[in-house]
Amino acid sequence: MLKEKKILSRPEILTGAFTFCAGCNHGTINKLIAESIESLGLREKVIAVIGVGCCSTMYNFWDTDAIVVPHGRAQAVATGLKRVHPDKIVFTYQGDGDLAGIGMHEAIHTPNRGENITTFFINNGIYGMTGGQGAPTTLLGAKTTTTPLGRVASEGVPIRMCELLETLSAPVFIQRVALFSPAETMKARKAIEKALKCQVEGRGFSFVEFLSNCPTNWKMTPLESLEYVRKMSDYFPLKVFREPQ
Amino acid sequence: MKGNEAIAEAAIRAGLNFYAGYPITPATEILEYLARHLPVRGGVFVQAASEIEAINMVYGAAAGGARAMTSSSGPGMSLKMECISYIALAELPCVIVDIMRGGPGLGDIQPAQSDYFQIVKGGGHGDYRLIVLAPSTVQEAYDLTFESFLLADRWRIPVIILGDGALGQVKEGVDLYDKAPVLFEKPWALSGAKGRKPNKIVPFNLEALELEKMNLALQNKYRAIEAQEVRFENVNINSKTKLIVVAYGTCGRIAKSIIKMAVEKGLDIGLIRLISLWPFPHNEIRYLARNFPSTKFLVVEMSAGQMVEDVRLSVSDDTRVSFFGRMGGVVPAPEEILREIERKGLC
Ligand SMILES: Cc1ncc(C[n+]2csc(CCOP(=O)(O)OP(=O)(O)O)c2C)c(N)n1
Ligand code: SF4
Repeated sequence: MLKEKKILSRPEILTGAFTFCAGCNHGTINKLIAESIESLGLREKVIAVIGVGCCSTMYNFWDTDAIVVPHGRAQAVATGLKRVHPDKIVFTYQGDGDLAGIGMHEAIHTPNRGENITTFFINNGIYGMTGGQGAPTTLLGAKTTTTPLGRVASEGVPIRMCELLETLSAPVFIQRVALFSPAETMKARKAIEKALKCQVEGRGFSFVEFLSNCPTNWKMTPLESLEYVRKMSDYFPLKVFREPQ
Repeated sequence: MKGNEAIAEAAIRAGLNFYAGYPITPATEILEYLARHLPVRGGVFVQAASEIEAINMVYGAAAGGARAMTSSSGPGMSLKMECISYIALAELPCVIVDIMRGGPGLGDIQPAQSDYFQIVKGGGHGDYRLIVLAPSTVQEAYDLTFESFLLADRWRIPVIILGDGALGQVKEGVDLYDKAPVLFEKPWALSGAKGRKPNKIVPFNLEALELEKMNLALQNKYRAIEAQEVRFENVNINSKTKLIVVAYGTCGRIAKSIIKMAVEKGLDIGLIRLISLWPFPHNEIRYLARNFPSTKFLVVEMSAGQMVEDVRLSVSDDTRVSFFGRMGGVVPAPEEILREIERKGLC
């Protein structure tokens, strides 16, 4: 009970009201990351690199240094920042269109260089900001504005980013989490801390994928959308793919 | 020393902290020189996996307050354009070297000046400007690159060094004078909000009125740059000059040799060699056109005629402005240009 309460309290790093839709997991993920940064005492070291999508307005309520970057390029920008500020904590926050669509180039090369940054990847299986088009992660059969009959394999089989990154030797931390239950949410919180710790310790590239929801564009109630995220986890298994020994 | 090497060396001496690039002829020596020399002289070198990655790394490094640079040519410059537009609105300083080659398409790897429109007029989206400097010798490439970092920091704007394959590849002696770079305080840079309010670099605003304000601020800055940073060289221009050749970069250099040949032939030809393409010396050309009403202008470019549009705008009388150009990587010979002048009876 106490733990659940902690998740719902608002970390000091976050100021002002969220601009996400009601019931959207983006808000919870923001809170979890902010909490982890606070509990690791990293607030004055953090530089947030914010991708293009529903997250672009995040800079408004993050009381840390922040930069908004071209669609898909967050990890390249983070590379430039981290290389000139190796002692700072640089994380990217990117949607699935941003990272696994237009940003796939950076999404492979940055981990492969073992850049000492952390990427938070928000996989809601859809392009939220632009109104619900299909993403590279949209489940087969799912209806979006660009897959009106349900996605078929010839439109691309949903990409599993964690599994893809697991083929690279350089990344040090890869985990997929979800927020459809308090227990999973606590795991997500721990994953964020572990990923950031990897960066603090200078180990190399860390990656946390969040299975997330989009009640607005999925046209579901928040509760229904969480059930759908649970279904997504059949295809996108929740697990630790790699962590330091 | 090759032009490309002089540019790279000047950047290091100007205090370059971060470079990212991707191979492309005829600009590759900049990348290779910095791979060898930058890390051992205290900077960071990254070979990116594309020009898009490279310019975005520069965006990050510049946001972090570093002196940052990338370099490329035609196809690679096209890829950089989206991010250059972001950097322009974010008002971050950086230096971008473009060693032009023949286009369009994959084109070739010979010298050309066919990217004037792209670099001087925009290329990326939105109303932005970049300071564009066009050296015509290796020494000038060194001098302007050194200075470009200062201009970038002073105005918080990307500065482009616009050369071509001839400048990049030619070997000439260079005076590598030792001059301490002038460094700037960057209180706006991202470095973690320790003991200060957070810094945010946000090149967008979803409110039209707010974005218009950001645009107006940019435009005000551009007017100030136009008033202070115009650079050009006048050769042999006086009330008797019948023809003024207007050129920049390699063509500017070729045009200089025409002036010499013309003097021997008893022809009154002068030259305006542009050094800054933006800001463009509109006022100066307008002044000459008004004060010497019978003087004609010949614009020489390695293109189908791009800068000539700006000269026509300044002269405001198209009948007085002619154009000579070669394309596809062909460098015009001085004799060829002089023949054209005589054939058209311009002088
Ligand atoms: C180069 C470029 N192409 C397209 C867009 C338009 N665009 C803005 S957000 C977005 C999709 C974002 O979707 P996602 O990354 O999944 O994040 P979400 O909004 O779902 O959180 C697109 C295509 C853009 N801003 N820039
Ligand atoms: S559109 Fe979807 S992803 Fe974006 S804030 Fe709304 S619910 Fe969240």
